[in-house]
Amino acid sequence: MLAMNYRGPQRVRIDEKPEPKILHPQDAIVRVTRSCICGSDLHLYNGNVPDTRVGMTFGHEFIGEVTEIGADVQKLKVGDMVIVPFNIACGKCHFCKQGLFGNCHESNSQATAVGGIFGYSHTAGGYDGGQAEYVRVPYADVGPTVIPEGMDPDDAVLLTDVVPTGYQAAEMGGIQKGDTVVIFGAGPIGIMAARCSWLFGAGRVIVIDKVEYRLEFVRNYANCEAYNYEEMDDPVVFVKKTTDWMGADVVIDAVGAEATGNLMQTITGRKLLLQAGSATAAHWAVNSVKKGGIVSIVGIYGPTDNLFPLGNVVNKGLTIRANQASVKRLLPRLIDHVQNGILNPKALITHRVPLEDVADAYHIFSEKLDNCIKPVLIPPSAR
Amino acid sequence: MENKTPKDYSHIKGWGIDADPKNDPTYPMKHRTDAEQEGYSWERPPQQDIDIEVLHSNERPNVSAVFGTSAPPSGLSGMIRRFAFKHSENSYLHWLPLLMADRVNVVEGVIDDFAKGTVPNIFAEKGWKADWEHNRSGLIQKVGILALVTTAAVVLLTRKKD
Repeated sequence: MLAMNYRGPQRVRIDEKPEPKILHPQDAIVRVTRSCICGSDLHLYNGNVPDTRVGMTFGHEFIGEVTEIGADVQKLKVGDMVIVPFNIACGKCHFCKQGLFGNCHESNSQATAVGGIFGYSHTAGGYDGGQAEYVRVPYADVGPTVIPEGMDPDDAVLLTDVVPTGYQAAEMGGIQKGDTVVIFGAGPIGIMAARCSWLFGAGRVIVIDKVEYRLEFVRNYANCEAYNYEEMDDPVVFVKKTTDWMGADVVIDAVGAEATGNLMQTITGRKLLLQAGSATAAHWAVNSVKKGGIVSIVGIYGPTDNLFPLGNVVNKGLTIRANQASVKRLLPRLIDHVQNGILNPKALITHRVPLEDVADAYHIFSEKLDNCIKPVLIPPSAR
Repeated sequence: MENKTPKDYSHIKGWGIDADPKNDPTYPMKHRTDAEQEGYSWERPPQQDIDIEVLHSNERPNVSAVFGTSAPPSGLSGMIRRFAFKHSENSYLHWLPLLMADRVNVVEGVIDDFAKGTVPNIFAEKGWKADWEHNRSGLIQKVGILALVTTAAVVLLTRKKD
């Protein structure tokens, strides 16, 4: 089968690889019909995630058709079209039972701090991902959800990560009616977090980034304010000033390790890898939220340490909430929102690229060429 | 170590008086069951056959019930990874060797390509075709700088000593 093949930092290609097999009685094999490149895939692409091995296939946002099931799979049948959440969850451990499907304890041997994730390095379990024609899906009765009849596959594929992560970012913000919510990052997650903040009753939603075409997009898509931090002296002072010098009630970090905007963070976090990515957005979030406010972090950072204003967290009495999205928990509500027209995920997709051109798609997304917001890879069998 | 925390708190005046699950900062992301207080006690799913080398964190006692089989450790990078997994996720001796192993693995990947008779097309792998279509001036600038640096390096290395 055709599959994306990681060869080293900023080097990927399409290769022939053996088709996956059932390795566990609760496995299924899925023929991929859509798979996205996620902003967090760029951390892998840039070589920033430890234990990213040459030969891996990335891709944790995908949908497809079930072509084979293991002996113990009861809820799925061959031919079902499924949304596959990015996190691999057993449904039995204490964490899954608490609804923390992003923190499963039976899907990742290699690190206890993160559950299994498709195509996301051996630090997240060593699973090949969905940027391929076929993929092995463990615990097939737990995560995969049958795509409702009539749902556009472009909407469905964004329910695997972008929509739940953006929604949970807002949910973790504990937004109360009338709150001012500031979101750092106008990538797909930041855009969705802005849209979802309204669903929780936000009174004002402000997105801050530096990429003009994305600011323009989010301004229209999410009906929010959007500002370019390169046009400000200091984004924290800007937030203070625009909130009558109080700070925002809720601030969301939707950027993570690839943030720009602070030279020291960029050099130590992105260039020299002396810290687990650049913590610029998290730094700004802590400093621009009001005292007693909430910082919600969904941007992805590496597993080591970051330069972070912990003293201000204490002195301001902040609550920090963070997690990988619990996709399975959120899917029923989010499917309703999409079917009822409240959310329109597919509007984020700007590039539909043949799987064979995966290297170009990564480069376009990584370098933000051609006004790219969200690229989707389409395998030959789905075209 | 045995947990010596008493189970009966009735002698502590006011203990738990304000307990409210909805006041948990993780609410509603976590539906509290408190089952984790019973330790690693759930009925585990069946174990996937461990027929390849699977490195596991020393912060857990076992290999998870399912695991990925993408790229088992091999070669020099595999040796470095095995060393890394002797140290916990809490240690730089875990993560820094893994990053080093990743870089060694890139060289192994190129050698492996040549061994299989494949010459890796680095330019295609880096997506330079997309640059040609969408960022032509940037690509020309990049190639120019690369040519300049290469020329300077060649001149420096081949310069005869006076």
